[in-house]
This record gives sequence, structure tokens and C-alpha cells, in this order.
Amino acid sequence: MTVAISVKGLSKKFRLKHQAGGAAYTTFRDGLTDSVKRLGLRLIGHASRSSASVTDEEFWALRDVSFDIQQGEKVGVIGRNGAGKSTLLKLISRIFEPTSGRIQIQGRVASLLEVGTGFHPELTGRENIFFNGAILGMTRAEITRRFDEIVAFAEVEKFLDTPVKYFSSGMYVRLGFAVAAHLEPEILIVDEILAVGDARFQNKCLGKLQDIGRSGRTVMFVSHNMSSILQFTNRTILLQAGQVLLDGNSEIGVREYLRINEDAAKASNLETRVPWFKINSLIFDQKNTEIGFNKPLRLKLDVRLERGLDNVVLMMGIVNSIGARIITAKTSIPNLASGEHTINLEIPEHRLIPGCYFVSLTISVRQEVLFAKDQVILIELLVDNIDDPLLMPHVERGKDRLGSYCSIRASW
Amino acid sequence: MFAAKTIVIEPGRSVRHYWRDLWRYRELFYFMAWRDLLLRYKRMTIGFAWAILRPLLTMLVFTLVFGKLAKLPSGGIPYAILVYAGLLPWQFFATAFADAGNSLTNKETIITKIYFPRLIIPASAVIVSFVDFLAASSILVGLMVWYGFLPDGRIFALPLFVFILFVLTLGAGLWISALSAKYKDFRYVIPFIVQIGLYLSPVGFKSTLVPEMWRMVYALNPMVGIIEGFRWSILGAESGGLETSVAISAALSLLLLLTGMAYFRRMESSLAELL
Repeated sequence: MTVAISVKGLSKKFRLKHQAGGAAYTTFRDGLTDSVKRLGLRLIGHASRSSASVTDEEFWALRDVSFDIQQGEKVGVIGRNGAGKSTLLKLISRIFEPTSGRIQIQGRVASLLEVGTGFHPELTGRENIFFNGAILGMTRAEITRRFDEIVAFAEVEKFLDTPVKYFSSGMYVRLGFAVAAHLEPEILIVDEILAVGDARFQNKCLGKLQDIGRSGRTVMFVSHNMSSILQFTNRTILLQAGQVLLDGNSEIGVREYLRINEDAAKASNLETRVPWFKINSLIFDQKNTEIGFNKPLRLKLDVRLERGLDNVVLMMGIVNSIGARIITAKTSIPNLASGEHTINLEIPEHRLIPGCYFVSLTISVRQEVLFAKDQVILIELLVDNIDDPLLMPHVERGKDRLGSYCSIRASW
Repeated sequence: MFAAKTIVIEPGRSVRHYWRDLWRYRELFYFMAWRDLLLRYKRMTIGFAWAILRPLLTMLVFTLVFGKLAKLPSGGIPYAILVYAGLLPWQFFATAFADAGNSLTNKETIITKIYFPRLIIPASAVIVSFVDFLAASSILVGLMVWYGFLPDGRIFALPLFVFILFVLTLGAGLWISALSAKYKDFRYVIPFIVQIGLYLSPVGFKSTLVPEMWRMVYALNPMVGIIEGFRWSILGAESGGLETSVAISAALSLLLLLTGMAYFRRMESSLAELL
């Protein structure tokens, strides 16, 4: 196996511009006045190099990042916003120059940091295909050869000679992805492009990406969607604050990502309606929730009671991203003694399509509501197997709207 | 378009395979110019006619003001042709200069998403203006037919002056594109330079109008040698000291191109961060 991408000690420093200081000038006027000021200071004898750089704050977007990607590997890059994912891709794509370190790439690279780069609204679909193809690195001959395929994939045959400003956003995205999908690079770098378009087309895109992956091409894939990462990659690089926190099996990487992102899956010190009942926290217990369809969903509720309670009724609602309640779950606890308790909650048969859901919680005792809140925490249910025929048509964003999944027994 | 060979990315490294990259991206260069041309003529309602109308109208005004009102000497050449032969190179320079100056900022979305040698962008802007230049040249042919003015053997020297003009324009275009990407307020300087340049160049008049003792100084404007060269080769207009002003012009143009390239390349590696 040969190494497709080798990154060694890669660092990237940005200068943050401070309005007050103005040392990192972007206008010629500022540049000029600053130079004059510095020259003046030097003439007077106050020359000190440090004074000029005080206002110049440095920010390391990436720091000493190293990894090797073998040919044919499909690697996910994950991390919170600002972790350095985009900077890494831009360095590998040669848009930014590294501050230090070295990247070695073996093979033809295509970077897809955006769908439809260089599309111009005034130009027709046909014209944009040619320019977009060229800018992504295709030759004229290649574009001409694959033109019909691109058009068929994007499903825009009828609008080829219409300026793209009249395209619907869906058509626009389809055309953009179609050009990129027919690039045939040896190494494909993709940044979060599946976040756009309708569910059906997203699926088509993911399928196409998988074809590319299966044909032995190397793929680097940035996404915030952990399910896509799990379905599509077998190795994941987790970045945090510009450094590699974890590099290995995607499932482990995704779990770690969710762990460091616990904030969303955890709510603390919730305000209750009575002073003698406190909720310390509600946590989505990711460590004990398996990855896969219809695996028991586990949560932990930490409460503190100043007096004993009988028949505590606990109601949970699972709400999807557009606010529709999909599941209402209920339990009652015969008695809870005064003091602190950790209550483990488990919903075994939810049959939820993988995706992100909000959890709402209501706690009451004999008609008296002690606590009620919508969207207390956010949970993300994951699957790792795209080939599951049950889930195939529903992968990708927006799938949570499909809610709970079950089969139909048909007779005729 | 991409080599299947190894690419090494290191700080300062891009400079090393710069020319190889530029050659590899030659098709993109073609597409970029093609797209810019398409856009230019699509956006304007009167389309291609604009490339011809603009110099034609300017020529009419200049002929009226300088030839008819100010009654400046033309050396026996119809004033309209005299003005147009000067206007042609000037208009190419001015349009290319202004377009190149804005080119990087206009293509910000592409620059921050895809790698290619950025030199293609201002160079493409210059090429597009060159197509305008060729279109506008047809008017000159028409004028000469109209006035029954036939060029002699000196016309064969014209490509040389066109070449110097191109070198000058590309050099100035590289400088201004790099400067206006780095300093945002440079955009406002461009129209000013273009406006002042028009009056500092012998477009509406012959450079013989400038006193003999100041000719050399005047020739430091590289457009002087080029415009006089155009007039000499097309119209046979003698201006005296043509060799000197053309030599100065050629030297300055080359200097501008070389320094422009060096400056552009130095700025290029941080371009995506500047925009």
C-alpha cells in the first residue's frame, strides 16, 4: 500500500486583527501611517520591535498535526466548530500555505469544499458545467466526454441553456454536485457538502460518494453528521483546538466526539417548580447506548429530594428537528426516599430512524407538576450500516422527520 | 491537468513549482478568459457593440474638443484618425488595468475554495480587454478607409508596439491586482489613476506639443512611446525622438512586468487569507 496523503508536523497560524491596535493593517492608508509611525519612533530612538507586534494576536488554527492516509482509505475528519477541520482541508487543497510542516500528496486531488464553485448566475447550465469542471481540474476533453452523464445525474436536461439564476436551489446544488461527482480524482476531499439539497438527492450523492470510495479512491470527508461519518468512513481523525485528539476507528472517534460535545446532550441545574425537588442533571448516556437501529436509548436523571415522594410520574417526549413530537414515553416510580438519586431511564423499543432529536421531560406527583420543559437535551442516534435495507432510503439529514420506523404487514 | 506525481506542500514551497503549475492549468486559463468574455457581453444589454461604441464616442468628443475647438496641430493627418490611433492602446490599458484591479476581489469565492495559480485571474482580465481592443481596432480600419488613408510599410512594426503595450498592461495589471487585494482601499485609487493617466498620455494630442526639453521626462510615461509608436506605424506620423521614447517604454514595461510578477507571487501565497 502506498501513502496517498502524508502530513507531518503541520501547523497554521493566523493573525487576528485588532481594531484598537490596528497593527495588522488591511488598508493602504493604515499601512502607510503605521510605517511612518514606526519610522518616526525609530528616528527618535524608541525603536523596539516588540511594540509594533503587541496588537498582533496570533492564533494557531492547527498545531503540529501529523497523520498518514493510505491509498484507498476513507477517512472522516470531525471536530467542533473552530477545531481546525476546514483549515486542514484548505491546507491540503493548497488554498492556504502552511506556517510550518509538510504535506505530501500522491495522486490527482480534487477538493470539493463547496458545491458549484465558480457558478455564475448569468451563465447557462451548460456554460457553468464547463467552467466548474475546468476549475475543479477537468480538461476540456474530459468534460465533453462526461457531459451527458453529468447532465443526466443532475436531472437538468431541460434547463441546460437556461441561466442558472432561474434554477431552483435544488437544481443548482444537483448540478454542482454532478460536476464534482464525475471528476474521477485519485484523492477526493469533501467538506460538508451533503448538508444541502433534498433528502432524495442527498442519498444519491452519498451513494455516488460510496461508489467513488469502493473504486479504490482515497476520500477525506468532513462532516458534522456523525451518521454519515459512520456509514461512509472506517477511520476518523478527531480534531480539537487544532490538534489531533484521536485518530483511529470511526466508531471510537465518533463516540469521543460525542463525549467532548456532551454539553448538548447534558442539562444541569434545571429549574423546578417547587423548592424541595431539584434536578441536578439529565444526561443522554451515550456510553451505554449502542450504535445501530432500535438499540435501547439510555438516559440518566440526577435528582435531589428534600422529602420522600410516592408515585412519581415521569413523562418523556421525543421531538424531531421540526418540532413534531414522535414519541411519548411514561413511567411511574412507586416511591423515592428523600436524598439524592440517580435514576437510569431506558426506552427499549423506540424504533427511531437515526438522527438528532430533542428530549422533553415532565415530572409530576398526583397531578402536581414539579418540572416541565421542552427540549431539555439533544440526543443523536447513530447507525453504522448504510446497507441496511430498512434504512437505506432514509439516511442523511432530515431523516429524523420520518420518526419511528416499522414495517407493514400487507395482505391481498 | 494534475500530475499523478507527488505534490509537496511546504511553507514557501509553492514558488518552486510555480511555472509548472501555470502550464498545467493552461486550460483553466482559457476557460477563465472565456467565462469573463461571456459574462462581459451577456451583462451589457448592447453587448459586443459596447467594445466599439465606447472608443468611438470618446474619439468623437476628443476630435471635437482638441481638433475643432482647441485646433491642435495634427501634422496633416485627419484628427479623428490621430485621436483614435492613440485612444486604441490607451483604452486597452485603462480597461485592463481597472478590471485586473478588481479581478481578485471579484473572484473571492473561487479563490477561497479552489487552488490554481492565481496569476490566471488578472491575466484573464487583461486577455478579455485585449479582445475588446481587437474589436475596437476594426473601427480604425473603417476610419482609414473613410478618409482614404493608406498605411505604408511601417505598419509591419505595429505588432512590436502591441507587444510592448501588452507587456506594460500585464505588468501594471499584476501590480494593481496584488495591491488592491492586499490594501482594500486601493480600489478607490484605480479610477483616479485611469483618469489622470488619460491626460498625462498623448491621447487627444500629439506629443510634439510637449516642449523639446521636457520630451525625455514625458517619455517616462510608458504610454508615450507606445502611442507615438502606434501613430508612427499606422499613420506615418513623425514625432522625433521616437526611438528613445519607445526604448524607455519597452524597458519600463519589462521592469513593471518582472516586478509585478515578483510582487504578485509574494502576495499570492497568503491571498486566500487576505480576501
